[in-house]
Amino acid sequence: MPRFPRKWLIVLIVLAVVIPLLRPVLPDTVSDYRLFLVSTMMIAAIAVLGLNLLTGFNGQISLGHGAFYAVGAYTAAILMDQANMPYWATLPAAAVVCFIVGYLFGLPALKLEGHYLALATFALALAVPQILKYKWLEGLTGGVQGIVLSKPEVPFGLPLTEDQWLYYYCFVVLVFLYWAAHNILNSRSGRAMMAIRDYHIAADTMGIDTALYKTVTFGISAAYTGIAGALSASAIAFVAPDSFNIFLSIKFLIGLVVGGIGSLTGSIVGGIFYVLVDNSAQALSTFAKNDLGLQFDLSAYTVFGILLIVLMFLMPTGIVGGIYALWRSLHRGPAIVDPHAAPAPAKSASQPATERSH
Amino acid sequence: MAALLEVKGLKAFYGQTQAIYDVGFEIPDGGITTLLGANGAGKTTTLRAICNMVRTEGTVRFAGKDLVGMPTEEIVRLRIAHVPEGRGTFTSLTVDENLRIAAYTRKDKAGVKDELDRVFSYFPRLKERVQQQAGTLSGGEQQMLAIARALMLKPRLMLLDEPSFGLAPLIVVEIFRIMKRINEEEKVSMLLVEQNAALALDLASHAYLLETGKVVMSGPALVVKNDENVRKSYLGY
Amino acid sequence: MEQFLQQLASGLANGAIYACVALALVMIYVSTDHLNFAQGEMAMFSTYISWQLMSWGLSFWTAFIAAVLISFVLGVLIERVILRPLHNAPVLSVVVVFIGLLAICNSMAGAIWSYLIKEYPSPFPKSSFGIAGVIGPHQLGVVLVTLIVLGLLFTFFRYTPLGLAMRAAAQNPSMARLVGVRVDWMLALGWGLAAAVGAVAGIMVAHIVYLDPNMMGGILLYAFASALVGGIGNPGGAVIGGFIVGVLENMVAFAGNQIEKATGVYIIGNGEKLTVALIIVIFVLTVKPAGLFGRVVVKRV
Repeated sequence: MPRFPRKWLIVLIVLAVVIPLLRPVLPDTVSDYRLFLVSTMMIAAIAVLGLNLLTGFNGQISLGHGAFYAVGAYTAAILMDQANMPYWATLPAAAVVCFIVGYLFGLPALKLEGHYLALATFALALAVPQILKYKWLEGLTGGVQGIVLSKPEVPFGLPLTEDQWLYYYCFVVLVFLYWAAHNILNSRSGRAMMAIRDYHIAADTMGIDTALYKTVTFGISAAYTGIAGALSASAIAFVAPDSFNIFLSIKFLIGLVVGGIGSLTGSIVGGIFYVLVDNSAQALSTFAKNDLGLQFDLSAYTVFGILLIVLMFLMPTGIVGGIYALWRSLHRGPAIVDPHAAPAPAKSASQPATERSH
Repeated sequence: MAALLEVKGLKAFYGQTQAIYDVGFEIPDGGITTLLGANGAGKTTTLRAICNMVRTEGTVRFAGKDLVGMPTEEIVRLRIAHVPEGRGTFTSLTVDENLRIAAYTRKDKAGVKDELDRVFSYFPRLKERVQQQAGTLSGGEQQMLAIARALMLKPRLMLLDEPSFGLAPLIVVEIFRIMKRINEEEKVSMLLVEQNAALALDLASHAYLLETGKVVMSGPALVVKNDENVRKSYLGY
Repeated sequence: MEQFLQQLASGLANGAIYACVALALVMIYVSTDHLNFAQGEMAMFSTYISWQLMSWGLSFWTAFIAAVLISFVLGVLIERVILRPLHNAPVLSVVVVFIGLLAICNSMAGAIWSYLIKEYPSPFPKSSFGIAGVIGPHQLGVVLVTLIVLGLLFTFFRYTPLGLAMRAAAQNPSMARLVGVRVDWMLALGWGLAAAVGAVAGIMVAHIVYLDPNMMGGILLYAFASALVGGIGNPGGAVIGGFIVGVLENMVAFAGNQIEKATGVYIIGNGEKLTVALIIVIFVLTVKPAGLFGRVVVKRV
């Protein structure tokens, strides 16, 4: 995909910085609610970015990233609640904790591939709410009731609302993390990560320390999603076990697949997308009932489910991949190879016509 | 004599790689034809192409029917039995089950028992091991099982891919003798792919020689056997 | 002692359910090399279908049979329409599709029948069934029904030509084609049977855990654990694994309860069941991936 033109990027960033400031002038368009919504979109984007690093760029399937999101959220919550840590300090703390947890999970995961890794992470995701409700952790986690927190205070007496401040806070974190990911992926390490994804067996013989890269990538990926979790703890000002269930991991998967596997920009698109659909579920349902005559509610997850399946058929490289393909067919020029471009999905090696040993 | 199997301008591909370029031959009804050639010449690929196990282009006509593009299992149901390289027995199933699975496509379930008896008359050794797991049979017995299973399909044409591979000479002789009997008594035409040119040319009535994906020589087996170049390259004298 | 026997019986009943779902998982795995993450939700959906049929007046067993048949057909359709075209797709694509199926089944069930927990009847008469103090009527019924279903399946695969064809197709698809077996249809049938077996499990368990769209999540996890314990490629192993895991799950909870009674210290109980399953899954996958009865598949490079 042609490099995102520099000037477009600058324009986007300027717009992102300036628009929220227009709240006093356009209070209905740039409302607190909308700013909050966009903040959640940015948090979602960071979470999906984390998942993409592991699954999209390194080829390790994870159905359980909700677990790392939960660890990040609870780390932040506990530190703020019990140690009175300032909200911004919880981010690096959550990052460190999640990196360690991710790395530790990545160790046994070295032995697992494809379906088996998916299963292990799926099991993790299913067990998370129970683990969070465990009696012996109740002192820390607040059990089923969860922990109530407060939203980040606007510092230095700046003339901003809480939601405006939250927006900028999330924005800065997103830009920083995106830039960091971009640098990792464009370095030798990034190429090694992707080599492991595409040529798993060959990567070993080429001298890449596959084990090291895979476990560290797991850690970094968990850290990213954990930071998102920590941000969400501040944003929503509340954590409770049942919100970190399997469906959270499914939402991340949606973001990954819709946005574009193996595409950084895709992660942003994906994050925005799933928050959008999630929030429009009510409106969607009403539309379906009134305009399409459906007898029952059309929940967001039905839409997600259908989308997941349809996309695997029509656009396995996600929206970003689809746009890339469109661009190419329109411009027909030589495409500059770019780590942001969604890769062609690697076909599974053809099965030899031999017996399976069962 | 009308040709049972007609192959013209056959091309076959493994993915993007082309393995055979322009193969053409005819199998007369009732005879044994052999396809000879060195390793990598394309013999196995040719058999696979006939059964549409690889991407195929060209013409393959069996008893007048065009086979290119037809799913493998439908080609088999036209009464072409393929005994693949490496025997292809279902190693976790018993000898009995291996044979019965071949009878699966038959309409007359009652005839299966008679069929089994007939097959055992050719391969008495298999009858002794009927409940044994196929994977525990010796190489020779597995080859017999593979041919017996092919016979259960009541084929008009049998494709055999290197039946002598990895077997002791005495067993090979025995198997080839049985193959000749099957050809004569059951009227099953055979297309035999072999690296062991001497054996193949003794058994067959016609021969084709493949080199790097093309047919370079053809003729009655005796003629091919006595050809100077064939003797030097493939028969060793 | 009586309590121990009750827990054992309860473990066997749970184990029967896990055995069924695990068997369904293994059937699909053996023929397609895929793990059906949507198995639990499919079974739940089938159970709702049976509930709906009963609310329209059908008797329990009629609704049971009808729901199982409908599930069979749906399973075949899912394989033919959604999975067949993806048979050469990368693993991630297939996993994503399964998750999509999971999401659709779950949310459609909730949409059509609401998320309110419903009671589900038991067809086993309270008075004449069961052994007092040891095993309840429904639990005994569950074990019996499971054993009957498993027996039928075993007979089918072992002694019928179609069953033989399906086994051959799963073992060596290309060779099966060479004996004329229509392998594609065998895969679809395998899916249909798996869906049907899942339906049986769902209907049997609904009385115990109550009918709600999220009822099968934990059971699916335990079924995966069972299949892994038995050896993921081994149908018989899956069944044995199911019973082992069912009894183990109850024994662990029982032990926890006893410890709490004796010492007042709560270590483990009913609230940690999913965590226990997670530990079993991770343990088997990393330490003994072949399980008890499976064989380790060596990948050809």
